[in-house]
Amino acid sequence: MAKKTVVSSTINGSSTEFLCEPRQSLLEVLRDTLHLTGSKEGCNNGNCGACTVLMDGKPVLSCLVLGVEAEGAKIETVESLAKNGQLAPVQQCFLEGAALQCGICTPGFLMATKALLEKFPQPTEHDIRFHLANNLCRCTGYDKIVKSVQACATAVR
Amino acid sequence: MEDLYLGKTNYKVIGQRPIRHDGADKVTGKAIYTADLQLPNMAHGKLIRSPHAHAKIKRIDVSQALAVPGVLAVVTADDFPDLAEKIAMMGEAGAVNLQHLAGNCLAKDKVLYKGHAVAAVAAINTHVAEEAAKKIVVEYEPLPSVTWVLDAMKPDAPILHDDLRTDELGQKGDKPTNVSVHIAFEQGNPAEGFKQAEIIVEREFRTASVHQGYIEPHAAVAMWNEDGRLKIWTATQGSFTCRQQTAELLQIPVSQVLVVPCEIGGGFGGKIAVYLEPVAALLSRKCGRPVKMTMQRAEVFEGTGPTPGSYMRVKLGAKKDGTLVAGEAWLAYDCGAFPGGMIGPGSMCVFSCYDIPHARVDGYDVLNNKPKVQAYRAPGSTQAAFATEQVIDELALQLKLDPIEIRLKNAAKEGTRRVDGPVYPRIGFIETLEAARNSEHWKSPLTGKNRGRGIASGFWFNIGGASSCSASVMEDGTVSLIEGSTDIGGTRTSIAMQLAETLGITSDDVRPQVADTDSVGYTFLTGGSRVTFATGLAAYKLGLDLQAQMRDRAARLWKCSVDEVQVEDGTYSYKDQKLTFKELAAKLAQSALEPVVGRSSVNPEGSTNGFATHIADVEVDPETGKVTILRYTAIQDAGKAIHPSYVEGQMQGGAVQGIGWAMNEEYFFDKNDQMRNASFLDYRMPTCLDVPMIETIIVEVPNPGHPFGVRGVGEAPIVPPPAAMANAIQRATGIRFTDLPMSPPKVWKALQK
Amino acid sequence: MKDFGYAAPESLGEASRLLQHAAGSVKILAGGTDIIVQLREGMREADLVVDVKKVPELQELTFSATHGLRLGASVPCHRVYEHPQLVAAYSALVDASKIIGGWQIQSRASVGGNLCNSSPAADTIPALIAHHAWCEIASPRGKRTVAVEQFCTAPGKNVLQKGELLVAIVFPPSLSHSGSAYERFIPRNEMDIAVVGVGSRVQLNATGDTIEFARIGVGAVAPTPKYAQEASEWLAGKPATEEFFAQAGELAKKIASPISDMRGTAEYRTHLVGVMVKRTLLKAAERAKVFINH
Repeated sequence: MAKKTVVSSTINGSSTEFLCEPRQSLLEVLRDTLHLTGSKEGCNNGNCGACTVLMDGKPVLSCLVLGVEAEGAKIETVESLAKNGQLAPVQQCFLEGAALQCGICTPGFLMATKALLEKFPQPTEHDIRFHLANNLCRCTGYDKIVKSVQACATAVR
Repeated sequence: MEDLYLGKTNYKVIGQRPIRHDGADKVTGKAIYTADLQLPNMAHGKLIRSPHAHAKIKRIDVSQALAVPGVLAVVTADDFPDLAEKIAMMGEAGAVNLQHLAGNCLAKDKVLYKGHAVAAVAAINTHVAEEAAKKIVVEYEPLPSVTWVLDAMKPDAPILHDDLRTDELGQKGDKPTNVSVHIAFEQGNPAEGFKQAEIIVEREFRTASVHQGYIEPHAAVAMWNEDGRLKIWTATQGSFTCRQQTAELLQIPVSQVLVVPCEIGGGFGGKIAVYLEPVAALLSRKCGRPVKMTMQRAEVFEGTGPTPGSYMRVKLGAKKDGTLVAGEAWLAYDCGAFPGGMIGPGSMCVFSCYDIPHARVDGYDVLNNKPKVQAYRAPGSTQAAFATEQVIDELALQLKLDPIEIRLKNAAKEGTRRVDGPVYPRIGFIETLEAARNSEHWKSPLTGKNRGRGIASGFWFNIGGASSCSASVMEDGTVSLIEGSTDIGGTRTSIAMQLAETLGITSDDVRPQVADTDSVGYTFLTGGSRVTFATGLAAYKLGLDLQAQMRDRAARLWKCSVDEVQVEDGTYSYKDQKLTFKELAAKLAQSALEPVVGRSSVNPEGSTNGFATHIADVEVDPETGKVTILRYTAIQDAGKAIHPSYVEGQMQGGAVQGIGWAMNEEYFFDKNDQMRNASFLDYRMPTCLDVPMIETIIVEVPNPGHPFGVRGVGEAPIVPPPAAMANAIQRATGIRFTDLPMSPPKVWKALQK
Repeated sequence: MKDFGYAAPESLGEASRLLQHAAGSVKILAGGTDIIVQLREGMREADLVVDVKKVPELQELTFSATHGLRLGASVPCHRVYEHPQLVAAYSALVDASKIIGGWQIQSRASVGGNLCNSSPAADTIPALIAHHAWCEIASPRGKRTVAVEQFCTAPGKNVLQKGELLVAIVFPPSLSHSGSAYERFIPRNEMDIAVVGVGSRVQLNATGDTIEFARIGVGAVAPTPKYAQEASEWLAGKPATEEFFAQAGELAKKIASPISDMRGTAEYRTHLVGVMVKRTLLKAAERAKVFINH
């Protein structure tokens, strides 16, 4: 068995060190080692987006990142969104807009939306649908997700 | 069904859109789904699965797997108790042959589909378990296989179960066969009926297997203690159904099994049957540790229930004015590797939207080398509607009638007898059609080349069934609600709102939680669009119980008789004394009176009958055959929308699943009957870029069997989309598409003719 | 997933040495969006995974109007389409980079990785062929270059030998009045594998009505992405109109030898070559009319 490596990264604002085998994905490390189970595994091959996290500010699929690649990186997960006992605007908008049913895809959508709104503060419907196409939702038919993202863009503006 | 409708027109809580109770947990990542669980000393299980579509298992050698460091236990079908000839009654699923149920969890003697589970390993982590599982040697003798339903019915087809005989209208056949059941329904005299017809349209239809596609893969954790108690945490639609199946398979009393339902990441009918739970339990008993099992996505596609693939022939006869006089349907639905598919509901639904005086339906349940089919949102009805709604559309075209008018002319209404017998009480089908006709969408012109507008309707029974609730009133007047319906799409809130309405408090003043099987009374599974109706009914009755107790306490506080305490809008009064529910609760906490603890249980029978009508506008690219949806509207009779946002959400979600079914989703089998697209990439469920906003119109024709008129909404919205899309594509191209999915290669090919 | 070792060299020399001397099977990791799936699902095996993202040469992206573009092999897609000048100068490349996987994939996946994965349906390769790009390959023995259309040899296979590493993809400068486009046909609108993918580039005359030369790359219709040489050469000197683009599409069909699979029948795929060639040429010509290299 390959030796476990010590990896240092900044996870949700805290300097974090963890041990991992090279074959462990960042998703596995987040969930099983660091107990940050907000990031979900829906397909484990990059097609559903439920494991979306931000890595150095960019949205990535944590199932397609090795844990060892997180060395020196800044990782943000859904657990980082709410601050000081307050939900982030995007979380509040998803709740008010009923943008979730079963909720399993929600953390991935929230992280992708956070990145989306940073890049496109006033996205068109097409911008939203294009950039969230790597996040599958089987419950909502996307309508209320798209509308909640629009509402969030308006609210933040 | 008992008439319970209260006829209220103004509500305080119902019809509002409060934030769901589990919302904060779910947007912060705190909600606990099964795969999130970490237990002390937990082991991890992995399955190996059949590489063949059909084969004899000649030998299984687990010795090399057991020798891998870190491996704790291995199980095969031999670890199940002897279940020969055992049948269990399983609620909606009816009589279940336990040997079949066990055989689907771990194959015995034969594998019946690619992906059929054969053996399982528990190890210290998933990587070790996976490596060890690969070292299990299984010697197979491949057999010929069959996946298309009509091929499986042929006399020379490969036979899946040598001992199976057709139940031919109640008589057992005498030859080995893959046809497990032939059912038939008839009313009037179809032969005479067709003689009265001035026009007859008959078409054949084919649909591919599709998967429920929930984003959370199946997961279970089992801990079988040395005292004989088995505890299971799982992603299930029904914790009591899971308890019963697991107990029966392991041949232990239900009281020895505790099922803790975790948050569930979608089900749509696919998380009712057990797959992992009994296997994890067997592994746990062998290794003495809790064992977690989670599926990979390919395992979900290849090893869990799709919906039936089907072949259907539907014939309708009408008068020139469009009045239907006769109908005939011949339906063959596959059930996969074990008997018991969706042909029953399919046969009941095929003509359920219309008043057809003379009709006959023949239905066949057919085994083939696919995973055992499972329910998928209105199971069996979507296929049937794909057929009937196109034949109706064709009649409208040939008779030059408006497609809504022909439906209105023949629409089922109160008093219409369905072909399988039941006579409808007050239903809202006509109202959905009228809402469609009056919609801005229908009235707006659709112009441009290669464009078309289609409409289709659909029906689902919406069932009742047992539900139990209990509650206690807390010192600040908040009510703790305990219920047993696993919450997939926000039902905690729709149930809590009904309790709040009954008590005259707010939705936020109720704290709902879904309890484990030891902590709440028996509650049937979350399915059949039943929860907001049946568990909601239980919540209403629970509210009455709590209210009676509060009134009793108030009377004792005020030293008057119970009858003298007036209750209105949650305010309790006696003469000039007045206390709100919350104030009274606070007073009680300071008094010497007993705490208020309520309970209710219900078991409403029959169905509440949900109807939906959808409108689709499409554009077809003639060069590629690709269909773009320009606009889509879903209309449905909800009876009463408790939380309109989540009613709309069900309608939108169901519509998009139906659109996926219509356009691209299918189990694609190669010549060896292996599924070639067992990933989200190649299975192609709709992404948000594939669909427009889904407009919704909620119609409210109260269900007489519920105090607030609730009918349930979850399933009917998946029924119309494939037919609505086909009818729209017909208008855009002049071609009628009768095979699902209507994927670009098929559409393009048809356009070449 | 089978166990493997991991190394993240920080220089080209170190990377080359690792690749050359490692025992067993070595796999290169850039964005990881293909290789991690393949390792997990047992489609490929590795004893050692070499992460090349820290090698400076592989992260280089330099553009100049006179010298063209040098694209390090592990530069992620988002850096390509977010580059202000590449959008106009290398439109086909930008088109392709924007639709590889989803947005999250593009944060990691690289054009070089897409090339080295060597899928017949890879989105960037037809665009690279259209751009007449070259592969710069390093090994401890030195450097060599290979034309993109010669890089892939079979599905999942390419010319890289043990110890070799794709360092960069180099593009000649785009001249004024040239334009390019990549489009693929997929049943969904995103998140799909090309049923057919076509990259086209045209050089128009100064008045924008005649084609001086064209290059067409076609993917997903043969074991490797192909340069549609006959169709490309035939276009030289022809009017830049839909009629001629459609004829070029017909000629391009000759290079298609597709298979029938779950993504489409051979007949359908061959037909789509014509459609996509015509459409990409139209778009490329529109772009060429307004492109000035400065």
